[in-house]
Amino acid sequence: MTVLNRRTLIKIGGAAAALPLVGGRAFAQEKLKVGFVLIGTPDDNGWNFGHDTGRKYMLDQIGADKVETTVVTNVAEGPDSERVFRELAQQGHKLIYATSFGYGDYVHKVAKQFPDVKFEWATGNSTAPNVSIYNAKFHEGRAVLGTIAGMMTKTNTLAYIGSFPIPEVRMGINAFAIAARKVNPEVKVKVVYVDSWFDPAKEADAARALIDQGVDVITQHTDGPAALQVAEERGIVGGFGQGADMSAFAPKAHLTAIIDNWGPHYVKSVQSVLDGTWAEGSVWDGIASGEVEIGKYNEKIPADVVAAAEKVKNDIAAGTLHPFAGPINDNAGTERVAAGDVIDDGEFWAVDWYAEGVEA
Amino acid sequence: MTLDLIIPIIITLVGASTPILLAGLGELVAEKSGVLNLGVEGMMLIGAVITVAVVLLTGNHWLAIICAAGASAAAALIFGFLTLSLSANQVATGLALTIFGTGFSALFGQPYTGKAVPLFRSPFPPELAADPVWRVVFGYSPLVYFSLIMVVAVWWFLQRTRAGLILRAVGENDLSAHSIGYSVIGVRYLAVAFGGAMAGIAGSCFPLILTPQWVERLTTGRGWIALALVVFAAWRPFRLLAGAYLFGLVMTLEVYAKAAGGGFRVLPSELWAALPYLATILVLVLISMRRGGSSSAPACLGKPFLPTG
Repeated sequence: MTVLNRRTLIKIGGAAAALPLVGGRAFAQEKLKVGFVLIGTPDDNGWNFGHDTGRKYMLDQIGADKVETTVVTNVAEGPDSERVFRELAQQGHKLIYATSFGYGDYVHKVAKQFPDVKFEWATGNSTAPNVSIYNAKFHEGRAVLGTIAGMMTKTNTLAYIGSFPIPEVRMGINAFAIAARKVNPEVKVKVVYVDSWFDPAKEADAARALIDQGVDVITQHTDGPAALQVAEERGIVGGFGQGADMSAFAPKAHLTAIIDNWGPHYVKSVQSVLDGTWAEGSVWDGIASGEVEIGKYNEKIPADVVAAAEKVKNDIAAGTLHPFAGPINDNAGTERVAAGDVIDDGEFWAVDWYAEGVEA
Repeated sequence: MTLDLIIPIIITLVGASTPILLAGLGELVAEKSGVLNLGVEGMMLIGAVITVAVVLLTGNHWLAIICAAGASAAAALIFGFLTLSLSANQVATGLALTIFGTGFSALFGQPYTGKAVPLFRSPFPPELAADPVWRVVFGYSPLVYFSLIMVVAVWWFLQRTRAGLILRAVGENDLSAHSIGYSVIGVRYLAVAFGGAMAGIAGSCFPLILTPQWVERLTTGRGWIALALVVFAAWRPFRLLAGAYLFGLVMTLEVYAKAAGGGFRVLPSELWAALPYLATILVLVLISMRRGGSSSAPACLGKPFLPTG
């Protein structure tokens, strides 16, 4: 963000003093303006925090002398977002990140009107000449969490608080359930959708409802730590941070976290715009390239569980383990993936069933 | 359903109901005096953020609640000045108050995000508060008992005291009240301030009972449910209590039914979420049918007081 303080003023002064040495060239190069559109605020300690952390990392790496960023927070998924994208484009932003799935239609609409502006749509599913998509394989991280949950649970009942039943969320649930049942075939996973990416009171109530019905490990695919705090209060085995480390909220219940690391992608993509090499495309990396990280393990997790989790993580990174390797049955008992087969990246988005053991 | 599931459901539903009950009571009194304050959501957010700040700084829950009530009452008085002294449009000013409260709380709350807040637990001895059965009576935060006392207090005030009668008179016929010497504007200022204080305490419920943290827009629309609740209750305190617990039951049953799975998921979740509003519309229809078209709303609700001459 463009914040002027004494230090940057001194820098500008220094740069101005050095100018005669380099000739007028520094003036010719205009800063690249990059817009970030967030569905919530960077202080949610989750999804939006992850994107904002990535933005700061990018600014550090590329340098505030070459790029300046604008962050628009609390933009609802809907017609209002169109206005935001259009305004950013009109204000001269040449690269705009739309960091939520529901922005898609509006990104494409505005992108058509501003062909020289590049758009990147996080978790999106369609591209255009000036619209790329980028995503992270969070389901790889969820396989690690499922392994821990399956080994730690005493009631064999796990919970998954979801936002909306979109493919992204459904496949997270499946990865979690498949990994958990691999280490503990008795496990079932109860799913509650709260119909929002952000409703702390409802997420907390969902966690209460699940714990009251026998759940002792909770994971969530919403944007905050509300469920984790209930887990802490009730003293169940635990839960997981989503998007960022949330152990400050639940020191005892926080088993580990999936940490979104968007920084490297933002550096690459901003650099490609600066170099003029940006092209329509789709980026979907996971544990191997560092986009998805697993946080610190809670001290109370036994060493053998940590070892099993690390093995899953390392095998996924090495490519020797696929989170959706067959045989996989759905929760009605039908075989969906045969032994030796996997759900590949293309088939991923079409999955409309839940894996065995999921109660949704 | 067994007892060990019914009791947790009751406890969760009481938690969900308490903020809308408190905010609804405050709004009920304001509306009874003839002032429609749509700023409930904003005042709740101000109360919530002040609560978090004071609890984190001092560790004192009661002090935090008092400060929250004071801050939200102050915000309500700004609304009062604009609508009562300057006769601004109440609907527009109320919406502006919500926007202001959302923005103010986001700005003020920045240093407090990412910090866990200590819960405000039951004041009764743990043997009672944690007992599997008795916690249904003793297991709540003091704010819950306070909200129930306030239902009786508001009813008693409105129906059994002279001051309550004056307040209702101001709301039903401001010119008559004015002509016999009551200060319409003064009464309304007090009612609006009370509404603000109650909304602030309702905001306290979020970090102290429901989800012990501060994050922007923490109340996520519960203030609007409180507004609907006042209409649903036809401006009667005990019906407001019943309505708050009914709305709370709907919100709670939704998540418990989803967690139970199987046959409990017959209703789509969008319908669950819409139920409080659908119920309010239904009640409005029923009221207007019964009274031959007239509603039970205070006659001067939302109208600026402009004495002529």
